This record gives sequence, structure tokens and C-alpha cells, in this order.
Amino acid sequence: MDALPLKPFQEMTSEDYAEIGLMCGLEVHQQLLTDTKLFCRCPAGHYSSDYDAEVLRHMRPTLSEMGEYDGTALMEKKTRKNITYRIHHATVCTYEFDDTPPFLINDQAVDIALELSHLLRLNLVNELHIARKQYLDGSIPTGFQRTTILGVDGWIPFKERRIDIRQLGLEEDSCREVSDHGHERTYLTDRLGMPLIEVVTEPNMFTPQETAEVCDLIRKICRSTQKVRRGYGATRQDVNVSVRGGTRIEIKGVPQIWRIPHLIYNEASRQVALLRIKDVLNARGITHESINTPAMDVTSIVAKTTWAPIKTALDLGLKVRCVLLSGFAGILNTTTQEHTTFAKEFSDRVRVIACLSQLPNIVHSDAAAESLWPQDWLKIRKRMKATENDALILVWGNDQDLDTACEEILIRAREATVGVPSDTRQPLKDGTNGFERVLPGADRMYPDTDLPPIEITADRVARTKALMPEFVWETEARFREWGNGGGMAEEDVQRLCISPRAIFITRCMIDLKLSGKLLGTICGQWMRALSRKNLDTRRFTDEALLEIFSAYIAKRMAREGIPWLIERMLRIHEPEHIKASDVALLLDEIDMKPATDEQLSAHLDRVLYQVQEENFPTAEKRVRYMMGELMEDLVGRVDGMLLLKLVNDRVSQSKSAPSQEPMET
Amino acid sequence: MSNNAAEKTNNGYRGPGLAVLDKHGVGVWSDVEVKTTGGKFRGIILPRSETSDDKHIVLKICSGYNIGLAAETIELMTEHGSRKANYQIAEQEFPIEPGKPNVVLFGTGGTIASRLDYRSGAVIPAFSPGELYGSVPELADYCNLRTEELFSVFSENMGPEQYVELAKNIAQAIEYGADGIVVGHGTDTMHHTAAILTFMVQNPPVPIVLVGSQRSSDRPSSDAALNLICAIKTAAESDIAEVVVCMFGPTSDQYCLIHRGTRVRKMHSSYRSTFRTLGDVPLAMIDPKSITMFREEYRKRDPKRQMIINTNYSDEVTLLYYYPGMKPDVLEAMIETGYRGIVIAGTGLGHVNKPTYRALKLAQERGVHVYMTVQTLWGFAGMYVYETGREMMKLGVVPLANMLPEVAFMKLSWALGQSDDLEEVKSIMLKTIGDEITLREPYNGYLLYQGAVPEVQEFLKSIKR
Repeated sequence: MDALPLKPFQEMTSEDYAEIGLMCGLEVHQQLLTDTKLFCRCPAGHYSSDYDAEVLRHMRPTLSEMGEYDGTALMEKKTRKNITYRIHHATVCTYEFDDTPPFLINDQAVDIALELSHLLRLNLVNELHIARKQYLDGSIPTGFQRTTILGVDGWIPFKERRIDIRQLGLEEDSCREVSDHGHERTYLTDRLGMPLIEVVTEPNMFTPQETAEVCDLIRKICRSTQKVRRGYGATRQDVNVSVRGGTRIEIKGVPQIWRIPHLIYNEASRQVALLRIKDVLNARGITHESINTPAMDVTSIVAKTTWAPIKTALDLGLKVRCVLLSGFAGILNTTTQEHTTFAKEFSDRVRVIACLSQLPNIVHSDAAAESLWPQDWLKIRKRMKATENDALILVWGNDQDLDTACEEILIRAREATVGVPSDTRQPLKDGTNGFERVLPGADRMYPDTDLPPIEITADRVARTKALMPEFVWETEARFREWGNGGGMAEEDVQRLCISPRAIFITRCMIDLKLSGKLLGTICGQWMRALSRKNLDTRRFTDEALLEIFSAYIAKRMAREGIPWLIERMLRIHEPEHIKASDVALLLDEIDMKPATDEQLSAHLDRVLYQVQEENFPTAEKRVRYMMGELMEDLVGRVDGMLLLKLVNDRVSQSKSAPSQEPMET
Repeated sequence: MSNNAAEKTNNGYRGPGLAVLDKHGVGVWSDVEVKTTGGKFRGIILPRSETSDDKHIVLKICSGYNIGLAAETIELMTEHGSRKANYQIAEQEFPIEPGKPNVVLFGTGGTIASRLDYRSGAVIPAFSPGELYGSVPELADYCNLRTEELFSVFSENMGPEQYVELAKNIAQAIEYGADGIVVGHGTDTMHHTAAILTFMVQNPPVPIVLVGSQRSSDRPSSDAALNLICAIKTAAESDIAEVVVCMFGPTSDQYCLIHRGTRVRKMHSSYRSTFRTLGDVPLAMIDPKSITMFREEYRKRDPKRQMIINTNYSDEVTLLYYYPGMKPDVLEAMIETGYRGIVIAGTGLGHVNKPTYRALKLAQERGVHVYMTVQTLWGFAGMYVYETGREMMKLGVVPLANMLPEVAFMKLSWALGQSDDLEEVKSIMLKTIGDEITLREPYNGYLLYQGAVPEVQEFLKSIKR
């Protein structure tokens, strides 16, 4: 394996990316927080991998509205998949598996999507037209996703510049894949039909890092509405990547934002490598037309091989075929991504399209030593009439799958002479990507004849605009800077600006003049600490918190008492919600006022007197005991650090008196 | 459709929508940049459905999505060229191979193969053998196909005129040597057509297969392809020389069932597995590879058999669905209007209420043919069981055993086309032509599983699909 065409990931600079002409765009998918699904009345957000029944379907490509077949559709046709849907009565009705026409679109979802369209400053359409976007992989039983555009051409601010938003769509979510082996693919249908929005940016990002940052910003904008779902899979993004001379490649369904930069790096590297391969092939005079040698059966030549993958295949009665790639010698070993060679492009196509999913599914002459005996390779070369300039790929399977596999290998080789083929690629855990399908185009769109257009009235636009929260970057700035006591720690800013308490925090800042620092500590850090203790902090209502903060402002309680009181109330009122009246009652019952100097002094005297009667092995233990006794009476009414200082001072004063402690041993 | 014929329309545009197009000198298929009060948009102007309002124009934007813009918000439209959609199913010549059975496919409309119709916003059928071959190439494995589009109507618009035309064409195709007939049909009234063809084309020497689809073929998961493949295979290869319906068995894309034309009924408004044989078992199940017969008694293929073509039909027949509290005036109105034959779908074993007897008496006096079927769909009319049944029979009502109400309606229309004599019509009605009345109901002819029952759930989960 030769070197990667780019510097190692960690060493890449924005100048390096500029040099290869990296351009990235995003398609952020975000599920909306609705009660029911988008086109039927099934409950939204209920997941279960349990199932009651199964339905089997096949998919066939159909024409687009403009009268053309989509490339992806034709590819999926070749795979001849049996698609099985698992159905659970609690999550799915007959709509999801396409035995009932759609019901009218969920108004709650449209309203949330409109609110988000306002936040992204989109030009709104006046009438929604539901389209069918074909997906022949089976991820939707109808074979298409119902989807509609709400607005186009918006923008968001990012680091002194604008990121253009191409469009916002509202669509139904797809199935969750359970397994995909050979010609059998199985899906769970619980997520199917959940409303989600798709926010598409223009390719305005030029480094992997800033792509991730923009993605995070869009996610925050969505969450700032408090009307989107959270949790694993509730936000997923497709990342579009191209380099100069390359092609827009879609890396589909990246589940976590932190994975984005490494995935982009590897895709950029792959495209640079593919462009170099094209140059080498062109220099060798290899063109689209020169790759046309028919594949040949070589089963008899390798009949006695001991190389496990082929031996196993032969034992199963499968056949082995050889494809000759004229002028490709040495090319298949070119490194495209980290730990990945060009040969994987062929293996991927064979796996996905010919459904030969048992790996390895090919072996090639550039890696000859790892597989068959040299004499077998020689015989194959002779049978194929191959010269030393040619590469050979062996593939094994049944006749029908082999027809597809050999054809796909030739197709992929022809594409290599042109550059980077348009793919949708699957993100892999190690940061590389693999072939998923041919990139679909506008030809997969078709109007949905089951549903009428829906007018978006001026009233509705105004009503949703009024619901819009402030821009998240404005919230962030306030949290960061607000208050004499100092702003919020950055971690708290990031978490709280999109939290359900964001509006409440703003209210506390403006109405109570509380500092960002205090609010961040209580609503951020302390609440998180309590969550880690398995207390559901959502039970603490904003009104109850307001009651506590007001008591603090009115000096009815010490600042130190706030966390203590919150925890205590969460524990006594488990599992109910805590109301403002609960707080008021408790504050009447117990004294939470800051301890006065006299009170402190009296308590100290008492405890000091008490410890005189007892023996402690060390001075430290004596202090710890004293602190324990004092805090029982003064918890929440005094700063612990101040108290410790007072105790230490008193203890050292009394040290001047004769010691009654035993000698340390 | 526009109510006002004089109103000017252009590809569905009228009123303010059309005015704004005219004002800016653009039209359907123009690639335009549109400046509106809500921002700029770019796309191709599409035709508009005539049932939609006249206030919006439809634009296909570059991502392939369609959007609607309010005409009143449009300030400027600039044309940058045009691109017309060319919606055509990839047409390929249907291969002819000597030795393969010759199948004739008649089109009546419906959603077997279809393409988009902008103006209605719905799908309209596309049909030639080349188009069918382009979308379902497997068809060529079974036969040499000839197609003929007789009419293009949704199935609810099928009627006597179409039935007669269809029967005559089938007869002619068989006389010219077809080895099997397939009729593409909308699903809503497919069972009516199957019944009438059974009576009009008797003793066919070859299979006559009705087929349709519940999901139009412009959808990737359409049932059209499997239905069509199985119907063609039935026509080409099976030895069932009867009028049958071939449609999805389960909702899964696995196999079709072949139903006898007089015992089949559409039972769900949208499920793929909507066609069921009632009061009997289906004739066979079929997938692209094999046919499995469920019954031994059926009319076998015999090229020498002489058909009986009888296309008589009376449109003076009606079907009355009885409901509690029905007043006699409904029935009386039918009689007064001049209906000569009335099929009643009665409750339970075949009952109507006492007040209706007055109208039955009137029917008897006027020589109107009244027949009784059951709303329960399954089971026999049993008019001897209760006194009331016997009373009704005295008033001239003839029970039709386990003939389905729709089949009884079709058969009475056909019978009254031949005679108005009470006894003669009765003899035609009660003489079975194609199992419209069966002597025995098999124990497994009535199966309606109920979900959530443990053994049913077990079946659904373990049998899978």
C-alpha cells in the first residue's frame, strides 16, 4: 500500500484544504417533537424492536415526473432484494406499510417547520406540494418518501460571514435497518413516518472543522425552538464533499457531529487519489471504451486452491470468474483513504449491487501473493490473455450474482478513467467511507397524487413567526456576558442556550438581575450533578426556581442554600413536580437566612466546647468532626470555605493552650 | 374540471394565476426567475391541477421539488428558456417467439400501467405492449402479447355498454385463436365485470383473467407488476378455462390468488390483498414460477369447446341494501320508476321489515322480479327458517341461496335482458353457470381472523408475511 495523497489528518491546515479546493455542504435532518406521525395518526417517538408480523415487498424503478429514470433506482433494481418489514401494532398502522393512502399532513409538524424556516430566514412558499422522493433501497415501504419544501434561499451568520441555506423540507422518516445479507434486507418500521425537517446548506464550508461547527450551529437553532426531538438518531446529517476536479459526494446519515471532520478528510483524500488514478490511466491511454473484455469462468483453474475464501465458495458449489482490467496493473493497490486501497471500490460495488456480501468478495492480481498459488495466477493470466500491464479481479458467487458483479466491476473501472463517480457513501466508524448507492438526482422526484396542495396563509406565517424564539447566538452572547458577578462558563452557555430553561434564564437575568455565573452554576452544573445522582431535575418547575431565586434576592436565604434546597426538595417530593408554593412552604418552615456573625460565633463556641471532651487521633480529624457538626446546623446558611477558615482559626488559637492530644506515632 | 366552460384555461391555469403568467409573457414549461414580495424563486412552471385553486402557480425548483407561489405576491417573472416534461414509459418492442402462447390483453382503464395526468393531478393508464414490456419485461417469458385498449374509464364508470363491448371482443379474440385473455380493469368494480363476463361468455375454451392494481404502477412498490405477471401466466399457461380474477394474495409481494369470477369481491378500500373469495376457497394460488390448484373441479382448457356468447342486458334492475326502519316508499318508488328487477340485500338469512311487505305486494302485482340475497355476504339465504321468510316468499320474493348481492344484480340484469317472464327468469337465476350458487359451503370458505387473539398473532408472526 502506498502513502495517502494527503498529509496525516492531524497535520492538515486550512491552507492544505484550500489547495485541493475542498468544498462541503450539509443536509441536517432533525426529527420534530410532535404527538403523531406526519401522514397518519400513529404516535410519534415510540420505539420498539419487538414486532408482531412481517410484510415482504420488492421495489421497481418508475419514471420521474420529467419522464426519466433515476440512476439510483436502476441500481437498486439490479440488487433484486427481498425486503422484509417488521411491524408492531403499537407503532405502525396500515399507512406505513402502504396499504392505506396518506391522511392530511400533520399541522403541528408544519407549524414547527415554519417556525424553523423563519429562524433560517428562508423565502417561504405559499403553497406546499407534497412530492414523492424515490428510495428503492426499501427503507420506505412505498418506495418513496413523502416530502415537501417550505422555504428556499435563507442564511445563517457564521464567524463574520453567511452560510447560505438552500432549502428546508419537511418529510417522513424512514425505517431502521435490522440486517442486510445477500438478497435479504430487513427493516423495523417504528421510526417510519416520523416528521423530520431537512435543512440543506450551500457548499459554503471549506474545512472539515468548520463544517462540523456549522452543523452544530444548525442543530442549536433547531433545538432553540424546544420543539425538536433529542437523543440518538433524532438528528442525523448528510455531508456533501467535493475537491477541485472531483464530484459532489454525499456521506449519508452521520449520527454524531464530532465524526464529521475525519469523514470529510478521508473523502477528500479519496477524491484526490481517484483523480490521480484517472491521470495515470489517461496517460496510459486507457479510456472508457478500452475496458470491455468479457469476464471468464476460471473455476476449473482454481479448483484445488487452499485459499480459504475461494475454497469455501467452491465447496458451496459457487463459481469463480475473472475480470480483466486492461492497463490497470498496480492501480488497485493505490491508497485512497486511511487503511483503504482502490480495490475496495470494486469490492463495495460487488457487495452492494451484486449482493455478494461475504467478505472478502474479490481478490486481485496486485495483491496476488496473499491469495492463490502463483501457478494458478499464471494459468489465469494465460486464460485471460493478460499482459503484465493488466490487472485481474476474481469474484465468486452464483451465476446470476456473478453476471451483475462482473458488469459492476467493468462499470467501476470505466468510471475510474473519468474521475470520481457520483456516489452516496456510508460513514464508517474508523472515519473512512464505503459505497452505499449511486447518488440520486432530481429525477427521483414525483408529485404525490394522493394529497392536494396546502395553502400556507399569511395568518399562519404570522402566527408561527410570533412563536419563534430569539436567535440562539443572541442568547449565547447574553449568557456569556450577563451580570456583575460574571458571565456563564462556556460549557454552561452551550448547554443552557438550547435548553428548555433558556427563556427562564433570560427572564431571571432581566427581571431579577441575576448573574450569568450564578444561573450557570445552578441551572447548569448543579442540575447536571443532580441528574447524575438519578434525580429528574425536570420536575423542578421554572416557577419553583423563580421562588428560590426571589428568596435569595430578598435575602431570605443564602446563596449557599440554593443547591442544598433544590436537592432536598427533589428528594422529598419524589416523583412529583415541585411548585412555587412547595418552596414557599418550606422556606416558612426552616430558617435559610444567611448566618450572622453572632450566630456563627455561638455555634463555634458550642462545638469547640464539645470536642474538648473527646480525643481525636489527628488535628485534621478533629476539624472534620467539627465541620460535620456545624454544617448540620448551618447548611445552606454559610459559605463552607468561610466556615472552614473560621474553624481552623479557632483550633489554632486553642493550640496555644496545652495540648491534650496523644503524641502522633 | 372547470365549471365555467367559457373561462379561459391554460394547462389548468385560470383566473389570477393565468393572468400573472400572461402579464409576464411566460407559460407552462418556461424556466423562470420569479421575484415575489417574499423573495426570489427559480424553476420551471408546471401545469396545474384543474381541481386546485386559481390563486397559485406551480414551480419545479432545481432540486426537483414543486412549490406553489401566490399569484398576488409575484412582482416579476423572467424567462430563461424552457424544458417540457416528456413522460413516457421506456418503450421496447415486445419480443415475439413462435411456440409461445398468444395472449391478448384488453385495456379498460384502471391503474395497471399508468402515467401522470397533470390536469386531473391523478394517474392515467399507459398501455401499449411496448410500454408494458418496458416496465415489466418478465411478461415476455410467458407469452407473445397483443394489447388492445377498448376504453379508458375508471372502473366505477364501467356499465352495460362496456360489458357488451368487452364480451364481444373477448369472444372475437378467442375465435381468432388467442390462448388466453387478460383484461386490465380498475379494481372497484372488477368483481361486477368478472360476474357479467361469466354469464356473457359461457364455456370459454381458454382462461379469461381480470387483473388490476391497488397501487398504481408509478409507485416503486406497486402490486401491478406481480398481478400482471401472474395474470399473464394464468392466461398463457394455466388450464383454467373460466372467467377469473387474479390479484395479490397477502399484502406481501409473494403470490396472487385466482378467484372464480362469481365468488370474488373487493373487501378493502386500499389493501393490496383486497380481493377475496367468499363462501368458498380460491381456485388456485400463483407466483411467477408456479401455479398451485386448490380445487379439482373447474372447467379445463379445451380449444375445441364452443363458447356461448350471450350479451343480453337490461338496465331496469336495481340493488336495494335493506336497513332497519326502512319505509315501503323506497321500494315503491323503484317500482313506480319502472324498475323490472330488484335484488334485495336483506339482513341475516334474508329479511326485511314488516312495513316493506306492502311494497313487496305491489311488486308482485306489477310482475316485478324480486330476489333476496344476504348482507352478511357469507352464508345462504334461508327463508324457511322463520315465518317471515315464508311470508315473503309468498309475496314472490325468490331467495338466491349464497349468490353474492353484486353477482345477483349482474345476473338479474343479464337474465332480464333475455326475458320478462317470471318463471323463465327464475329458472335462469337459479341455474348455476359458474358457481354463483354453490351446493355446499366448505368449512374453510369463511375465514376472518381477528387480530390480538393469541393463536392468530402466533400465526402472523411465525408464518411471516
